[in-house]
Amino acid sequence: MLGLNSLGAGIAIVVVCLMLGYIIAHGLSFINLDFITGSAVPAGQAGGGMHNEIIGTLILVGLGSIIAMPIGLMTGIFLSEFGTPFTVSVVRFATDILAGVPSIVVGVFAYAIIVKPMHTYSAFSAGAALAIIMIPVVARTTEESMRLVPGAMREAALALGITRWRAVISVVVPGALAGIVTGIMLGVARISGETAPLLFTALGNSFGYSGLGNPIGALPLQIYRYALSPYKNWQQQAWAGAFVLVVIVLIVSIAVRWLSRKRRV
Amino acid sequence: MIKSKTRVLFRLGDRIFPKITLICSLIVVAVLVNILIILFIQAWPAIKVSGFSFLAGKNWDPVKNAYGALPAVYGTLLSSFLALVIAIPVSLGSAIFLTEIAPSWLRSVASFIIEILAAIPSVIVGLWGLFVLVPVVRNPIESWLGTHLGSLPFFQGPPFGFGFMAAAIILAIMIIPIITSLGRDVLKSVPSAQREGMLALGSTRWEMISRAVLPYGRSGLIGAIMLGLGRALGETMAVTMVIGNGYRVTASLFSPGTTVASKLASDFSESSGISLNSLIELGLILFVITLSVNVIARLLIWRLTSVKGKTD
Repeated sequence: MLGLNSLGAGIAIVVVCLMLGYIIAHGLSFINLDFITGSAVPAGQAGGGMHNEIIGTLILVGLGSIIAMPIGLMTGIFLSEFGTPFTVSVVRFATDILAGVPSIVVGVFAYAIIVKPMHTYSAFSAGAALAIIMIPVVARTTEESMRLVPGAMREAALALGITRWRAVISVVVPGALAGIVTGIMLGVARISGETAPLLFTALGNSFGYSGLGNPIGALPLQIYRYALSPYKNWQQQAWAGAFVLVVIVLIVSIAVRWLSRKRRV
Repeated sequence: MIKSKTRVLFRLGDRIFPKITLICSLIVVAVLVNILIILFIQAWPAIKVSGFSFLAGKNWDPVKNAYGALPAVYGTLLSSFLALVIAIPVSLGSAIFLTEIAPSWLRSVASFIIEILAAIPSVIVGLWGLFVLVPVVRNPIESWLGTHLGSLPFFQGPPFGFGFMAAAIILAIMIIPIITSLGRDVLKSVPSAQREGMLALGSTRWEMISRAVLPYGRSGLIGAIMLGLGRALGETMAVTMVIGNGYRVTASLFSPGTTVASKLASDFSESSGISLNSLIELGLILFVITLSVNVIARLLIWRLTSVKGKTD
């Protein structure tokens, strides 16, 4: 039986290594300078790249983070420092449930409250959808890392005559900073690969950024479109795009691991 | 004078700052509640027209204005159920391996690798599924099952590659890391006194795991599995890319199918009017299903942690 358990772990690890290895090796072979700097070309035509989509993803992730960071951070601070047991359990429950809402449903929600009234697909609606996905990640990691800050530090700060909110901002938050940064990075990694909520908010746009009120292209969206296309050239670009995304995710994962190593010891 | 002024400001901050954090927390709660309300309002025109027949209908035909959710709901439940059948043994085995068996250096390396699997974007898993997994499913797996077990209703029809089986395997790959890492946390929270007590009674290592550790963590493990299920039910991109987009209810796992999420992904931006309302109603159904699964899962996991608090 013990051997069977090890087999389970073995299967999981082999699958990851096979998949990662294939994506990296296959994607790398289609990466070239054109892919980073060029715009989309018509099917069948050689060359072309995902420059506009890469920029679009950066804008969308930035937009999502700008909305999600303050709300997530404040929610985390509330959960750890200011809530009563009842409000904490309600808010924490809502955060956990929000984290489990399928991302496509979040997309439908953003469509209904932003795209439909404004009568246009827009970068802003996509950023809002991504923010809704990111908030729970930031809130829960902020809460958890702030709870790890010893109560003695709070008491010491208060004993020096500082007010409570100053103690939170200048003592507790800095003490939990590594954890908070980890949470933000996890959130960024999560939303940079999200595709489903962008399908009917960002829509896609091959001609580059044209304002937050207009459709915008995104790397995962383009990977999806190109992967399902019948053209070899587009499929190869999808692989190259996958390589770029996986590398981003890998870098963030390793950085998170490195940041949280100190706390675990 | 200045000193007392800053003191007043600081005291003011003490009243305002907690309020700001409260407001942000309420935004989170409000978003969750509003998702339900807005989806319901947007779906209402479709609910009014088709009522309960929406759930039983088997066709999705914008031309005839006939909308039925059954194939999508069936596809969602079937593919997630199959994914669990594959994922539960692998991920529980991995979780036990990571907490009870592996040497400590291997524990951290293996958990890291499994966490990376969880972080790979769904669209990339789908890309891999489309070009690598589907051909493998078509040729060795489905053709073998078709020749040897073809008399069973599950393995009938031509081996497409695209279909429920490919979707189930892809979903299993995506939820294994989730169930594994949550399950590992649950098993870690089992007090070592439980293990030591069992070993002191003369049990072997496997008896210790199966009779002491697993029963103690049972509700937490079920919670972990349910969270994996919640994820599988709502998973969109990877499934859309491999399930083949056939709108039918059939026992054959070789058949192309649809899930609620993949239906939304492929049809939403091209729909309007009552067709769009019906799609939003599908989204509402998906939301309610995942909501109930997640609520049950969270309650199970919370119960375990509170029980642990009492015994400590």
